[in-house]
Amino acid sequence: MITKFTSDHEWVRLEGDVAIVGITSYAAEQLGDVVYVELPAIGKAVTQGGDMAVVESAKAASDVYAPISGEIVAVNDDLTGNPQLVNDGAEAQGWFCKIKPSNPADLDALMSAQEYQAFLEGKS
Amino acid sequence: MTQLRSTRGVSGGAADFETVSGSRGGLQATWLLFEYGAVDRSGVDLPAPKGRPDRLGGLARTAPIGVPGLSEPEAVRHYVRLSQRNTAIDLGVFPLGSCTMKHNPRLNERMARLDGFADIHPLQPVSTVQGALALMQELSRWLTSLTGMPAVALSPKAGAHGELCGMLAIRQALIARGEGETRRRVLVPSAAHGTNPATAAACGFIVDEVPGTEDGRVDVEAFKAKLGPDVAAVMLTNPNTCGLFERDVKAIADLIHEAGGYFYCDGANYNAIVGRVRPGDLGVDAMHINLHKTFSTPHGGGGPGAGPTVLSERLAPFAPVPYVVADGEGFKLVEHVEGQEFGRMVAFHGQMGMFVRALAYMMSHGADGLRQVAEDAVLNANYVLARLKDAFDAPFAKYGPCMHEALLSDKELRAHGLETVDLAKALIDEGFHPMTVYFPLVVHGAMLIEPTETESKTELDRFCDVMLALEARAEAGEVEFFKTSPRLAPVRRLDETRAARQPKLRWKAEEAAMKQAAE
Amino acid sequence: MRYLPLTQQDRAEMLARIGAASVDDLYTDVPAVARRTGLVDLPLHQGELQVERALKAMAAKNTPAGSTAFFVGAGAYRHHVPASVDHLIQRSEFLTTYTPYQPEIAQGTLQMLYEFQTQVALLTGMEVANASMWDGSTATAEAAMMATRVTKRGKVVLSGGLHPHYADVTKLICDANKIAVAACPAAIDGEAKVVDLIDSDTACVIVQTPNVFGTITDLAAIAEAAHAKGALLVAVFTECVSLGAVKSPGEMGADIVVGEGQSIGNALNFGGPYVGLFATREKFVRQMPGRLAGETVDADGKRGYVLTLSTREQHIRREKATSNICTNSGLCALAWSIHMTLLGEAGLRRLAVLNHERACDLADALGGVKGVEVLTPRFFNEFAIRLPKRADAVVETLAAKGVLAGVPFSRLAPGTGLDDVLLVAATETNTDDDVALYARELKKALA
Repeated sequence: MITKFTSDHEWVRLEGDVAIVGITSYAAEQLGDVVYVELPAIGKAVTQGGDMAVVESAKAASDVYAPISGEIVAVNDDLTGNPQLVNDGAEAQGWFCKIKPSNPADLDALMSAQEYQAFLEGKS
Repeated sequence: MTQLRSTRGVSGGAADFETVSGSRGGLQATWLLFEYGAVDRSGVDLPAPKGRPDRLGGLARTAPIGVPGLSEPEAVRHYVRLSQRNTAIDLGVFPLGSCTMKHNPRLNERMARLDGFADIHPLQPVSTVQGALALMQELSRWLTSLTGMPAVALSPKAGAHGELCGMLAIRQALIARGEGETRRRVLVPSAAHGTNPATAAACGFIVDEVPGTEDGRVDVEAFKAKLGPDVAAVMLTNPNTCGLFERDVKAIADLIHEAGGYFYCDGANYNAIVGRVRPGDLGVDAMHINLHKTFSTPHGGGGPGAGPTVLSERLAPFAPVPYVVADGEGFKLVEHVEGQEFGRMVAFHGQMGMFVRALAYMMSHGADGLRQVAEDAVLNANYVLARLKDAFDAPFAKYGPCMHEALLSDKELRAHGLETVDLAKALIDEGFHPMTVYFPLVVHGAMLIEPTETESKTELDRFCDVMLALEARAEAGEVEFFKTSPRLAPVRRLDETRAARQPKLRWKAEEAAMKQAAE
Repeated sequence: MRYLPLTQQDRAEMLARIGAASVDDLYTDVPAVARRTGLVDLPLHQGELQVERALKAMAAKNTPAGSTAFFVGAGAYRHHVPASVDHLIQRSEFLTTYTPYQPEIAQGTLQMLYEFQTQVALLTGMEVANASMWDGSTATAEAAMMATRVTKRGKVVLSGGLHPHYADVTKLICDANKIAVAACPAAIDGEAKVVDLIDSDTACVIVQTPNVFGTITDLAAIAEAAHAKGALLVAVFTECVSLGAVKSPGEMGADIVVGEGQSIGNALNFGGPYVGLFATREKFVRQMPGRLAGETVDADGKRGYVLTLSTREQHIRREKATSNICTNSGLCALAWSIHMTLLGEAGLRRLAVLNHERACDLADALGGVKGVEVLTPRFFNEFAIRLPKRADAVVETLAAKGVLAGVPFSRLAPGTGLDDVLLVAATETNTDDDVALYARELKKALA
C-alpha cells in the first residue's frame, strides 16, 4: 500500500482494486480550519486532473482534483457533519472518496512521499 | 431638576469588569428583537377595518406569522442601540481600498427626499414625470462628458450589475456580428475584483486569467499570447486593483480591438481620474461607474448602489431598455424596441434615488471641483504611501506613484509572527476602520489603503502615526497584544469557522425556548 | 469647495513629503494622449442654495403621487412609511458604513441583517433568507439560475401571470447561460398552466401570486406537480404586504420564494432603490446567491454576528460563484426591517386587511361604471379591469383630472392584445374620496 501525491496536494492510496483519495496534511494546514467539503456523487466518472471535490475554510475555497481517472465508488460521509476530520487527519480519517481506477498506470505519473516532500521544500 | 452635587474623579480601578446589565457605560446592551418584541405589540396605529367579506378566494392566511412588533419608543431605541455597534465614515477614517468611502453630503439626502423625486411611481404617465426624465438626461450628460463616451445605460442597480450590462452588450454585439458562438473567452487579470470573473461567467463566457507583472500591472506579453479569434473581451480595472494606472492601457485596447474583441473597463476606481482622464480616450468600449463610490451616494452598510454603464459608439446600439430621449419640448421614455435583442435587465428604470444624489454631488463640485477630487484623492494616497513605505513592505512603491490607494503587504509583519489581520484588528481599537485586507489576491497579506479626498491632512497624519506606532509594537515582538485585538470594540474577534461549520442564519422560536428551558 | 478639506498649504507640504513637484507628477503613468489639461465642458462648482434651487425646479415638474388620487401598482406600491423609519436609516452609523467586512465594528448592521433574514423567512414561510438582492426582478432571475444549479437541469418555465419585466430579466440571464425558457402566454388566472410545460429537463416553474393581474393562486397543486417531476417551485410576489393576508408560499410548498420588498419601508423613488427578498429551504442554502449573516461567538464566548458561507460568493469563488452580486440593498433592507418591526404581526395583518378592503371598495366602485369589467377573480390589493377603449388613452385623460388611474397592461407588454386592460392598485393611503373621484372621472372619460 503505497501512497502517491500530486503537485495539487492530493494523495491517493491503492487498497485492493480501489484507491482512497484525500488532500495532504500540508494542504489542510495551508487552508486552515476546514468548514465544508463538497464531495462528488457516487457513480460519477472523474478524470485525472479534473474537478472532483471542493474543500472550504471560512474565507477560502479550493478545488480538489482527481489524482487518477475512474469512478467514484464511495465518499466519506463523516466529513459532512464533521469537516474538522480533515484538519485532524488529512491523510487518515479525513479521506474524501474512493475511486475505482480506470487506468492503473495513472498512479505511475504521481510523486512518491519523498518526491512530494522534496517538492514542498522546493516551494518554500 | 438640577443635580446639586458636584463630582470630582478618583483615579484607579480597572475598566475590564463585567457589568450587571451587560451595557458598558454609554454602549447599551442589545437583544434580538425576537427576544423582547411581541406579535400583538405595534408602533403603528391603523384604523379598524370595516369587516367586509374578503375576496381572497379561500386563500386567507390562517397560520401565524410570528414576526414580533415593538412600540415606537422601543423600536427607536432598538435601532439606535444597534447603530452604536457600527463604525462609519461620519465617525472616522474608513480607508477601505477599492470601496471609496468618501463623505456623503447631506444635501444629496435632502434632494432625494423631495416629493417630486421620492413620491413618483415608475409607471405613472410619462407626462407626469418630465422632471425625472430631465434629471436622468442631465445625469447622462455629466457622465458621458466626464468619461468621453457617447452613451450611457442608467438602469444597472450596482457595480456588478453594470458589469453585467457591459458584458451583455458585448455579447449582443458579437451575436450581431455572427460571432456569438465562436467568441466565448474573456480575459481577466489575476488581480481583478471577484465580480469580474463572476460576471463573465454569469453571461456564459469562459474566464481566462491573465498574469500580472512584478510592478503590479497586466503582463502585456502574456495578454498578447492569449489573444485569438475566440476572445470576446478583456475586463480590465483601471486604475487597477493594486492602485496603479495601467501604463499600457492604450496598447491593450489596441490589441484587443485588432483581435476583434471589446475592452470592458471596471470603473470601480474612477475616483482617481475623474475630470483628469477620460476613459473614452483610452479605447474603452464599456465601463460601469459606481455612483456609490466616485459620486458620493452612501454605501448604507451594503447598498443600495448604482452602476450606470457608459458605452462606446460600437456598443451603444446594444444598450438595454429603458432609456430617455428628447422629444420636442419634453422627454420620452423608450421601454420597448422592436428587434432589439438586449431587452431589459431590471424592472423599471434604475436607481433614481441614487441619480438625484449623484447629480447633486456633481453639480456641487462642478467640472473644476471634480478634477480637484481626483487630484486630492491621489495626493492623499501618495502621502500615506510616502509616510508608510519604509516601515512596511510596499511592493510597488519603487516603480512610481500610486493612484488613489496605497498598497502594502504583510511581509514585515510576518517576520514578527503576525499578519495582516492582526494589524487590522489592532487598528479597530485605535478607532480606525481597517483598510481592505487580503485583496488583491496577487499580493500576500495585502493591505489596500484608500483614504479618499475627503480626509484632511490632520486625519491622515493621525492614521499614519498609528500605523507606524503599531508597526513598532510588532517590531518589539508584542505578538499577544495583536492576537488579542480588538479589546475595545463592542465584541472581540469572532469565530468565523464556527459560523460556517454550523450555520445559524436566523432566530428560531423553538431553539430559543429550548435554550431558555436549559437555563 | 465644501467637501474638500485640503488647503493649498497642505497640498504643498504633502507634495514635498512625497517628493513630487506638482500633482501632475503623480499622473505620469497616464499615456500622454489621454492627459487632459483643461476642464471638461460642464458647469463649475455651486453652493448648496444654487444646487437645491436647480433640483427643486426639476422635482417640481413631476406630479407626486401624494398630490393625486393614486392607483398605480404593477410592481411598486405607495404605502405610508412611519416617520421613525426614515429618521433611523439616516443615522450616520447605518447610512455611512460599508458592507460589514470587519464584524467587530459592524455588529449593528450584522444583527439587523440577521433579524431581517429571520423576518423574511417568517413572512414567506421559508427556512432561510439572505441579506437582500437588488430588487424583485433580479431576485427572480437569480432564483431561476439557482434552481438550475440545484437540479442540474437546463430549462425554466414562466407563468403567464409573471410580471413582464420580471420575465424579461429572467429570460435575459437564462439566454446568456443557454438555459431554455418556456413561457406561458399572458393570462389573468392561469398560473397552474405551468404544469403542462414541465418535462424531465425542467429545473423550476416560476409563478407569481398575487400575479401581475392581481390574481391570487393556490400553489399547493403546482408544487406537487413540479416536485413529482423533480422540478422546483419558485414563487414570486411584487407586493409583500399581501403576505399579511394570504397564505405564505412556504406553506403552499414553494422551494424558493423571491419578491419585491419596496412596499414595506421604502418610497416609490421612480423605480429604485428597492429591495429584493430571497428565501429558500435550508438544504439549498449553499446554492443561494447573496450575502448571509450568521450567529457565532466572540473570543470571550459572547454572542455576535458575521457574514458567513462566503465561499459561495464572487470575492472568493470568482467565476464559480453562485452569483456576481456584491453590493446589495443594505439600507433598503434596514428600512424594511424597521417598518416590519414597527408593524409587528398584528400591525401587518391589519395593514393587509385595510389594503384588501380598499381594493374591494375600488373594485365595487369601478365595476359599477358602465362598460367596465373587473377581470381578476381573487385579489389582494390589485386587480385588472377591461375598459371599452384603449387603457393608455383613458389613463392620460384621467391624469389630467388628478387621478393616476393605474398601469395599462400594454405598457408592460405591448403586442399581447390586451390593450384594453388596466392594472389598478389600492392601498391604505387611498381615501373614500379618492375612490369616488376615480369612479366619477372614469365614468366621464368613458361617456
